[in-house]
Amino acid sequence: MGTSLKELSKKPEILTGGHRMCAGCGAPIAVRQVLMGAPDGVQLVVANPTGCLEVSTTIYPYTSWNSSYIHCAFENAASTLSGAEAAYQSLKKQGKIKDDYRFVAFGGDGGTYDIGFQALSGALERGHRMVYVCYNNEAYMNTGIQRSGATGLGTWTTTSPHGTESFGKTQNRKDMTAIAAAHNIPYVAQASISHWRDLVKKAQKAFAADGPAFINVLAPCHRGWRYPMEQTVELAKLAVQTCIWPLYEVDNGKWNLTTKVSKKKPVEDYLKIQGRYAHLFKGEKHGEVLKRIQENTDKEWEKLLQICGAE
Amino acid sequence: MAVNFKDINKTVALVGTDAVAEAMRQIDPDVVAAYPITPQTAIVETFAQMVADGKVNTNYVPVESEHSAMSAAIGASSAGARVMTATASQGLALMWELLYIASGLRLPIVMPNVNRALSAPINIHCDHGDSMGARDTGWIQLFSENAQEAYDNTLQAMRIAEHKDILLPVMVLLDGFIISHAIDRLDLVDDDVAKKFVGQYKPEDYMLNASQPLCVGAFDGLYGYFFEFKRQQEEAMRNSVKVIQDVGKEYGAVSGRPYDLFESVGLEDAEYVLIALGSAAGTVRSEVECLREQGLPIGMIKLRVFRPFPAKELAAALAGKKAVAVMDRSDTFAGGMGGPVFIELRSALYEEEKRPLLVNYVYGLGGRDLPVQLVNQAATELGEIAKSGQVKQMVNYLGLKE
Amino acid sequence: MNWDIKDIKDWDWRKHPRGGLIRDAGNAKKFKTGGWRSARPLWDEEKCVQCLICHIFCPDCSIKTKDEKMTGIDYDFCKGCGICAYECPHDAITMIDEAEARKKEEAEEGRA
Repeated sequence: MGTSLKELSKKPEILTGGHRMCAGCGAPIAVRQVLMGAPDGVQLVVANPTGCLEVSTTIYPYTSWNSSYIHCAFENAASTLSGAEAAYQSLKKQGKIKDDYRFVAFGGDGGTYDIGFQALSGALERGHRMVYVCYNNEAYMNTGIQRSGATGLGTWTTTSPHGTESFGKTQNRKDMTAIAAAHNIPYVAQASISHWRDLVKKAQKAFAADGPAFINVLAPCHRGWRYPMEQTVELAKLAVQTCIWPLYEVDNGKWNLTTKVSKKKPVEDYLKIQGRYAHLFKGEKHGEVLKRIQENTDKEWEKLLQICGAE
Repeated sequence: MAVNFKDINKTVALVGTDAVAEAMRQIDPDVVAAYPITPQTAIVETFAQMVADGKVNTNYVPVESEHSAMSAAIGASSAGARVMTATASQGLALMWELLYIASGLRLPIVMPNVNRALSAPINIHCDHGDSMGARDTGWIQLFSENAQEAYDNTLQAMRIAEHKDILLPVMVLLDGFIISHAIDRLDLVDDDVAKKFVGQYKPEDYMLNASQPLCVGAFDGLYGYFFEFKRQQEEAMRNSVKVIQDVGKEYGAVSGRPYDLFESVGLEDAEYVLIALGSAAGTVRSEVECLREQGLPIGMIKLRVFRPFPAKELAAALAGKKAVAVMDRSDTFAGGMGGPVFIELRSALYEEEKRPLLVNYVYGLGGRDLPVQLVNQAATELGEIAKSGQVKQMVNYLGLKE
Repeated sequence: MNWDIKDIKDWDWRKHPRGGLIRDAGNAKKFKTGGWRSARPLWDEEKCVQCLICHIFCPDCSIKTKDEKMTGIDYDFCKGCGICAYECPHDAITMIDEAEARKKEEAEEGRA
């Protein structure tokens, strides 16, 4: 399977136009790139937890999915899909169906890091053959920009607002990709919609894995991050270039840095163009937080380089 | 041609959980997703062993919570599999939102629920608070008096759920410990008979149909057809009354044990009637029969089907009776309205010109025993109500320390 | 299947598929989101080098391709986000005001 843009342009679109995600949304870009990594000739079952992607792609009586699809609730995309996968294994083994299927979930960070965490961990531990993709926009965007476990330090959201007594979110995000890797599943990766070839390759590996795979894809949301909508891909790129969102994979336990960053940009380059960090650049008051974000980013980056055996 | 049911049935001694597991083995579902909880655990343990021993084709998914058990059941059923799970008490409560989703998506999932009290304080023993709390979730609910009925109900539940006019999930209810953990004598039908009765599941719409991919669980947020879907569900529930009766008759024809919406003792000449469901029905029946031998005009109804609530049928059966006592193994905390069975029966009788007097006995919460003396007390009080035409206390607590 | 939902708003409750199932996969193609646009991407075929970067980054599957080549923009679905124009390495896509573009189109149609 190739990953040239010419080859990818020939892949049939599983997600059709006519979906009602916001103009300039990063999530459908993530979905399209991941599904371009799905093998040819197989059928798909797609699952969503409740979230932007779900409410915008399956508004009855319309579905944007050229495949089978299921939405059950918010915290259970992984368990719902594990049931579908279990059904497939059972029916296939009994000779009741003949087609080949792959199972893929697309959950937001709320449905993945927070409320769907237990169901995801259970599904990964049980070893269902499914690809779980987190389209990560670092907050609950469907309900209007509330903080999640994926929201970074200092970020403004409607439930981590800044004010005289607050600089925005006071906690660091959790490292969901590493947590997924700790399940010792065949394939885990962190990706970004800006690095499409890297993501498509990762999706190909994830679909090929004989067991669960997890991909955490940064998919910026201009409504929640407060930047001009045409810059969605640009923001995703800057997150990689500043090492706030490093790209790597854990392939059968082996950690590989998949995108080297030789000239790391300062985090300010990424933060200052987003309204959700504007308060950090006004006056001296919150300047300390910028320093902490840079320090955390450097520390995490160094740690990753070490684990990957990279320089 | 007369059927010799002795050849078909095999008499065994089993605890209730194993009786249910035997029914599950005969059904041989494609997927079982379950999580252990007292007193349901023994069902999934026994079934897991059946899987391990290759006695079923089932893909058994040992999920990490009841929430995931029902979620996986929903995913598997949507995919086109015949699916079962089992739970109790807190587990059922944790499934809460998914119970509505299973019925709303019209998935024929069958779930034995071993009735156990809901916390707090934490209590592992029987009452019906768990499944009564789920009475408006759109599930059909079949109560069992003993291990035999738990087994029979499980086999019938699959047929009812998968009926093309129904396609609703079904809960089979059996009392925690009293039925689940007590060894009982029961008859199991032959494997071949059971399999033929249950039949093959051929879903009409399912996700693993490559010729027609299916979107399950679409969002109804913008145009608003939710109301229409709920009306469809209600229609299916109404249709299920006849299907439950037909399946009960058909089961009788193959097993020698016919089933209906409820069964009764002495209704033809009784002036006052006790109503119970679950294992208490056995105690009530023995006391009622004893009192009838003494010449008292008492009768009883054992309610098997709580959802759909057989309102018309119960009203007809109780027409002309002087007084009726409803035994409830749970409370509604409605502030003096009584237990759920009482409230619903009271509503069912409202249209009747000659309504019997009604009294409610809430009993057995958290596994409090129901000795025959307490049934006798209720029967005696009911006799007095029938005689005097007066209800002094509408809601009573039977066996409460007071 | 090709599901006829023309008059769905008037349907009796009995007519809806059980449980809200949708058996017509991908029928959102019948729902045009192009009307959302306030800016319109214009493709300059001359400047285009057929790198297809616009295709991989379009959130709305609105870059039309055939035989490994971009053939145009699908205005039925394009919401006018401008990602294609921003990311195009050869400035082959520019954003223009949608209202003005429509006015112009209407005027042209009027002349014709």
